[in-house]
Amino acid sequence: MSDVTYTSVETPGEDIYAGSYETTEGTIYNLAGGDWDTIAAAPEGEKERIVVNMGPQHPSTHGVLRMILELDGETVTDARCGIGYLHTGIEKNMEFRTWVQGVTFVTRMDYLTPFFNEAAYVLAVEKLLGITEQIPERANVIRVMMMELNRVSSHLVALATGGMELGALTAMTFGFRERELVLDLFEMVTGLRMNSAFFRPGGVAQDLPADGEKAIRDTLPLLRKRMKDTADLLIDNAIWMGRTVDVGYLDLQGCMALGITGPVLRSAGLPHDLRKSQPYCGYETYEFDVPTQTSCDAYGRFLIRIAEMHESLKIVEQCLDRLAPGPVMVEDKKIAWPAQLAIGADGQGNSTEHIKHIMSESMEALIHHFKLVTEGFTVPPGQAYAAVESPRGELGAHVVSAGGTRPYRVHFRDPSFNNLQATAAMSEGAMVADVIAAVASIDPVMGGVDR
Amino acid sequence: MTSDNTPVVPDGVNELDVIGVREGAFNVSGSGDTSGFGGLVSPIVMPGPSERPYGGWFDEVADEIELSLQARNLPVSSVIEKVVIDRGEITFFVRREHIVDFAKVLRDEPGLRFEMCMGVNGVHYPEDAGRELHACYPFLSITHNRRIRVEVTAPDADPHIPSIVGVYPSNDWHERETWDFFGIVFDGHPGLTRIEMPDDWAGHPQRKDYPLGGIPVEYKGATIPAPDNRRAYN
Repeated sequence: MSDVTYTSVETPGEDIYAGSYETTEGTIYNLAGGDWDTIAAAPEGEKERIVVNMGPQHPSTHGVLRMILELDGETVTDARCGIGYLHTGIEKNMEFRTWVQGVTFVTRMDYLTPFFNEAAYVLAVEKLLGITEQIPERANVIRVMMMELNRVSSHLVALATGGMELGALTAMTFGFRERELVLDLFEMVTGLRMNSAFFRPGGVAQDLPADGEKAIRDTLPLLRKRMKDTADLLIDNAIWMGRTVDVGYLDLQGCMALGITGPVLRSAGLPHDLRKSQPYCGYETYEFDVPTQTSCDAYGRFLIRIAEMHESLKIVEQCLDRLAPGPVMVEDKKIAWPAQLAIGADGQGNSTEHIKHIMSESMEALIHHFKLVTEGFTVPPGQAYAAVESPRGELGAHVVSAGGTRPYRVHFRDPSFNNLQATAAMSEGAMVADVIAAVASIDPVMGGVDR
Repeated sequence: MTSDNTPVVPDGVNELDVIGVREGAFNVSGSGDTSGFGGLVSPIVMPGPSERPYGGWFDEVADEIELSLQARNLPVSSVIEKVVIDRGEITFFVRREHIVDFAKVLRDEPGLRFEMCMGVNGVHYPEDAGRELHACYPFLSITHNRRIRVEVTAPDADPHIPSIVGVYPSNDWHERETWDFFGIVFDGHPGLTRIEMPDDWAGHPQRKDYPLGGIPVEYKGATIPAPDNRRAYN
C-alpha cells in the first residue's frame, strides 16, 4: 500500500469514506451514496469496473451476508460472498462445557432449525456412547415430531423472507403468522419458542405436557388451511413467477460439484434425502414422499418447500398416532438426567418427588445427582459423524471425544455454509435483482453459516 | 506433567493411537485435589487400527481402493497409514502427500463413486508429537449409499496439506475455514484466506493452545473465573 497516494475530494462536512486514490490499476473512487456527481467529471477509463458492496446490513441479503458484486450496468459479472459477521465461537465454547451443556450451544447455531442442530449433535454423542439402540421409542417419536414441525416453521420463514426480499410483503406477514402457530407448540412442549435445548444425549429433556398431543392435533388443520393460503398467494402468481422462474439456475452437475444438498439438490431432480437413504430416529417406519422438481431454478425450490411442508405434516400425524406411553430417556442412570422436571408453583423447574427422594430418603441418590449434574458423564475416546436432513440439506456433526466429560472437538457441517458457495454459479451473468432471488432460494441462515 | 510419573501404555496399544495423557482424577492443578488420585497418570488412547476382514461393505471399499491405487502405481502401504473401524464408521488414515490422488480415486472409480466430500475439519492434538494437526474429510457416495472418513495428519512445524479443491470444488470454503481456525495451509487452494475471523486476526482460534478468553464475573462478592480458568473435571 505504500505506493498508494490518497487525494481526498471531500469538502468539510461530507462523508469521510468517500474520496479517491491511485493504484497501479488506475484510480479507485469510493462512493458512499448520494455523491455520484463527484465522479461525473472523472475521465472514462478503458476498464471501468463498478464494485458494489451489498450488505452485511441490508434488508434483502437474508441475514448478515455481505455480497461483493462486480457490475456491468445492471448485469453481475462477478459475485463473491463475505461471511463471518455472526461467528460466535460455538464450537470452541463447547470444548469447555459438559456433553449435555453442548446442546444449549448447538441449538443456537441455525436459529430457524434448533431441533435439527440438537438432533445431529445428540445422535453423534449417542453413537460415541454406543446407546443408539437404547433410545426409547417414545423419545424417538417425539424427536421426529418436533423435527418435522420445525421443518414446517423453517420453510415458512424461507417463504416469508424470500417473499419479502422480492417485494411480496403479504407472503411475509402470512409466513410469520403461520410460523407462530408452530412456535406456540414448541413453547408448550419445551418451554421456549426457539433455542429449546430439548433433545439430550439419551432422549429428550421432558415428556410432552398433558394436553400436548391434543394441542398439536388441533393445530394441524388450521396450519394446513393457512399454508394453502400462502401457497395460493404465490403459485401461478405472474409476478412471483417472473421473478423466480429460470432464476438462480443450478443443474445436477453443478450441485454435485459444489456439494449441494437439500431443496436445491432436489430442484435438480435428484431425490436424495437422508431420511430415506440413511434413516435415523426411526424415519424408515414413516410414510412420506420426497418431492423433486426438474427446473433447477428458484421457482422449483419454492414448490419443493411447499410440498415438503405437507409431507412433514403427514409425518407429524403418524407420530401422533403412534405415541404410546413410556420413558423418554435411556434407562442407564449414568447418562440419563436424574429428574423429570415440571414447573412448580414458584415458577421454577422442580420435581417435588425427586427432591424428596434425594433430600430425605437416599444420600446415594443425592451424590449421584450432584456428580451427574456438575461433572457430567464421560464418553469413551473416538470420533463419530452423524448427519440429519435439515430443511436446508445435510447437517453433519463430527464429534471427537478424548474420554473426558467434555467434547474434545465438535464440528458442524452446516448446509447453509456449503450451499452459499453456489451463489457465484447461480448469479453471475444475471441481473442484480436475480441475485436476491438466487440467494433467497438457497435459504442460508447466517447463524448456521458462521456458528 | 509430573516428571516421576510416566504414563504406562498398555500392552498391544499402538503408539500412534495415544493422543495425550490425563493426570489426576479431576484435572485440577495447583490445589484442591485431596482425593489421593492427584498423581494418577493415564494415557488417552484412540481406537486402534483394524485388521481384515473389516466386515460388511467396508472390505469392498478397501479392496476397490487398493486395486485402484495399484493401477496408478501407488503402493498401498505408502498411501494408507492405517484403517480404523470404530462405532460402525471406517476411517482411512492417508499420508498427506497422496491425499489428492486418493481423492481422485474416491471420486472417479465406478465401484467407489464418492460424489460428495462433505468438507474438511481440523482437530488439534498438541500432545500427538509430529502429528499434531489432523484434517478429517467425510465422504458420501449417493450411488452406493456409503460414508467413509479420510484423515490426514501434519506436524505443527510444517502445517501443510495439499488442497483437494481441484478434485472436490465444494471444499473451497471448508479448507478456508480449517486454515482460519487451525492454521493448516492447504497448498494449491485458489485463494486461501480467512473466512470466519477478520482478515487481520492473529492466531488460529480452534487450536488447543489458543485460549477461550473471557473475563472473571463478580456477583455478590464472589468471583467466577472465565470458563477456561475454572476448576473442571476432565
